[in-house]
Amino acid sequence: MIAILDYDMSNLRSVAKAFERLGATCKITRDKKEILAADKLVVPGQGAFADCMRLLKDYELIDTLKEFMDSGKPYLGLCLGMQILMESSDEAPGVEGLGVFKGGVERFSPDLELKVPHMGWNNLLIAKESRLLQGLPEASYVYFVHSYYVTPQDKRMVAANCHYGIDFPAAFEHKNIFATQFHPEKSQKIGLHILKNFTQI
Amino acid sequence: MLTKRIIPCLDVDAGRVVKGTKFLNLVDAGDPVVVAEEYERQGADELTFLDITASSDNRNTLLEIVEKTAEKCMMPVTVGGGVRSLEDIRRLLMAGADKVGINTAAVHRPEFVEEASQKFGSQCIVVAVDAKRAGDSWEIFTHGGRKATGLNALDWCEKMEKLGAGEILLTSMDQDGTQEGYDLALLQSVNERLSIPVIASGGVGNLEHLHEGLTTGHADAVLAASIFHFGKYSVQQAKDYLSKRGVLVRK
Repeated sequence: MIAILDYDMSNLRSVAKAFERLGATCKITRDKKEILAADKLVVPGQGAFADCMRLLKDYELIDTLKEFMDSGKPYLGLCLGMQILMESSDEAPGVEGLGVFKGGVERFSPDLELKVPHMGWNNLLIAKESRLLQGLPEASYVYFVHSYYVTPQDKRMVAANCHYGIDFPAAFEHKNIFATQFHPEKSQKIGLHILKNFTQI
Repeated sequence: MLTKRIIPCLDVDAGRVVKGTKFLNLVDAGDPVVVAEEYERQGADELTFLDITASSDNRNTLLEIVEKTAEKCMMPVTVGGGVRSLEDIRRLLMAGADKVGINTAAVHRPEFVEEASQKFGSQCIVVAVDAKRAGDSWEIFTHGGRKATGLNALDWCEKMEKLGAGEILLTSMDQDGTQEGYDLALLQSVNERLSIPVIASGGVGNLEHLHEGLTTGHADAVLAASIFHFGKYSVQQAKDYLSKRGVLVRK
């Protein structure tokens, strides 16, 4: 069973629907026991970094998430769910992230003279072999909507980058921890392929 | 590289596609969900539903459509029309919409855009702007283009960006329905002032118009209704054309 974390941050239905299409059983939940008993955990996220961390704290889920990650079972963070893996974010100075990875989250600089949010379909630049992205056609397009991106100190966990003015990490893979800045649940066939890879890990 | 987006728009009244669509291969071309699936098959980058239902009794019908579409399609869906409160937005997002379009309610109370973007994130707040040429500039209209506001469109768009809009859906009232092309001067002027994405709308009659909107007009995305609905062109044909003309699109 795949647990999809419910902490009032986004519509989780599209994530659940995508997994159901693949024949996976999933449950939208914030029950600690259910989360820890699940085979896999998906943490979606939308909106603001500070709200996201505050809700995780209010629902007393932070330790549960860390415990799940420590168990070695596959964990997938989506969009803001990727950003909160970092120590902090420029979007919310002073607010601590989960701190799973060293580094922060930055906003696309105005110097780049780009439209922000980065919104729409952009292609993946594969950075290393990964279980999450294996079998994808070269330069596959996926759907992004975000104004901030992660800046990890250790780049070895980056499975793919994306170019928007600069190259930024679009996907992580480190041991049992996976994350994407884009929305696989909105990325049609390519998105399904990635989620299918995750279900098979 | 980020691609330019092609967004078919469906006007929905009491749960049905207005004027219908002429897809011969569809069993029910008036069913928004069926049409949405067809557009996904054609490679649309996103889809927009504009609810033009006058009575509020039918709001639940729209929610059902959004729900069914989200079940069948895996592309981002924007829903606009009659969005007046945070509760309206929450319901649409929970039904499966990815973004909501706000128009008249923003003019009545601009802070609504700020509250909405703070609560749900800028990424899902699209401000729809209906602009009409007025001398050297443009004025915005509400109530589906029927009510003048006296507000300057360029200043208005800038204000919406400051209040947290994630995107502007910019419709030229002068061009809408003419099939003579977008108001390129309007697009250029707004794009010069904004740093959020702008979707061009109103006036598309052929594929070259899409090209002009994305190049000369600097739009980030193009919205079109009739050229796709009546089977004149498929989304795929539009993308082939744009790609040949050097515009980066997802194929």
